[in-house]
Amino acid sequence: MKLTTQIALAAVTLLPLAELLVTALHPPGTHPPGLTWPSDPHWSNFTDAFRSAHIDRALLSGALLVLTVVPAALALSTAAGYALARLPFPGRRIAEGLFLVGLVLPREAITLPLYQQVRDLGLLNTTTGLALALIAAHLPFGVLWMRTHFASTPPELTDSARVDGAGPWSALRRVHLPLADDALRSLALLLSVWTWNHLLFALVLVDDPLRRTAAGALDAFQGRWGTDVPLLCAGALLITAPVVVALALAHRRFADALVRGVAVR
Amino acid sequence: MRTRLAGWLFVLPALAVYGVFVLRPLALVAQYSLYRWDGVGQAVWVGWDNYTAVLTDPDLHRPLLNALLLVVLFTAGPIVLGLTLAAALQRGPTLILVLPQAVPPVAAGLAWSVLLSSTGAVNRTLEAIGLDNVTRAWLGDSSTALAAVGVIGAWALLGLCTLLLSAGVRRLDPSLYEAARLDGAGRWQEFRTVTLPGVRREIGVCVVITSLAALSSFDVVYVTTKGGPGGATAVPALEIFHLAFTDRQIGLASALAVLLVAVVLAFTAPVLRWSR
Repeated sequence: MKLTTQIALAAVTLLPLAELLVTALHPPGTHPPGLTWPSDPHWSNFTDAFRSAHIDRALLSGALLVLTVVPAALALSTAAGYALARLPFPGRRIAEGLFLVGLVLPREAITLPLYQQVRDLGLLNTTTGLALALIAAHLPFGVLWMRTHFASTPPELTDSARVDGAGPWSALRRVHLPLADDALRSLALLLSVWTWNHLLFALVLVDDPLRRTAAGALDAFQGRWGTDVPLLCAGALLITAPVVVALALAHRRFADALVRGVAVR
Repeated sequence: MRTRLAGWLFVLPALAVYGVFVLRPLALVAQYSLYRWDGVGQAVWVGWDNYTAVLTDPDLHRPLLNALLLVVLFTAGPIVLGLTLAAALQRGPTLILVLPQAVPPVAAGLAWSVLLSSTGAVNRTLEAIGLDNVTRAWLGDSSTALAAVGVIGAWALLGLCTLLLSAGVRRLDPSLYEAARLDGAGRWQEFRTVTLPGVRREIGVCVVITSLAALSSFDVVYVTTKGGPGGATAVPALEIFHLAFTDRQIGLASALAVLLVAVVLAFTAPVLRWSR
């Protein structure tokens, strides 16, 4: 009974990925029937995806964005989360409330003024502009995640650091940061996946698909290849592969982070 | 005094980036919603007209109704199935459960549109079991397209809900089950009197997550149907995008955006309170 349930669950979960793979192996330009192994698998579709659609550049751009957005969001979230949890200051409740609003705000609602803001700063079609928008979008979650972490550390830590004459900055750097390693790793994993997969802001803020997030680039393949379903599926699989690899290595941390991330709300 | 100032100094960098790229745009959306504006020329003050238009014009309030239907579709399946799986498995296969949360929604959407196409695997399975007469292009038929989008959303959320619910089930005190069994409770009664009330909080959290996913379901709809056929899967997220960037009706787009935010708050706040 348990085994049957597990197998059924696994089958349903993997179904779309299996479909992407078998479709990607059919001759380009055909409309393959669902879930059939082609008589003559076209593995060359994957290399064609690199050659004709420059997926390599899309993957690099996606990686560059992750490497820009995640460290910056971690740094800003750590400082702000630490202050919200451990440094009493007037207006702390208000600051926290502002970040709470962002936690449930649908991004679609603010896309147009965000576009104008990025345009007015002269950052349309730049990695910087897209990165800043994504950092800002991740901040409510990141800040409240780090606040939850710092609030869970024993208060004596801060107190003893203060007795030793350490200011808030050195208390954070010398006492709290070494203990925040695990929370930071989990947050980094979540933000990396979310950045890699993000579509909307990439679509709006960057015209050149090869300078968007990985997910944003896929939209351009749809424009370029139109109805060439096999090549489209090959492209989709190539941008999915890195997250699947990351998940295979760290699925326990990812699951744990998702559950803890829910508690942040 | 030093820590008082320090607190603000630590929060300020994050608050500045967040303020410029999220809070200010949010305030501008509220302001734009009271004007008629094409984004270039002179903006004309129209008061509540945009809201009246969104709520009375069928083309404009349909996305809001669709979004509410999607909330039901995204929520019902994952919670009912998730509870069943959580009760049956206690600890599911983690990798399988979290995989849909990591696959890019654009890729999942593409895969499902192939699966649900007229010659796709779903229809071929139906034909194989003799249900030829129900086969169709599920995402291309206006009577089934929204439900098909709901299936994709349910696929994406089932694992996460199962994960959360089984964590709740594992935390329940085993002596409660023993007591129920001593009282002669069957499996269904046991589930209804012990499991269900015990995971109330987890259910609430799942409802919030699935509702939020349904109300801001841009990616999947954009890749699979672009709102079609004939507006059958138009959702606020996509409609705002079209109104703002294609039709240049910034006032209408903003009014719809404000209403979307209001719906989101109306959904999340009470559920969070109930489940605490």
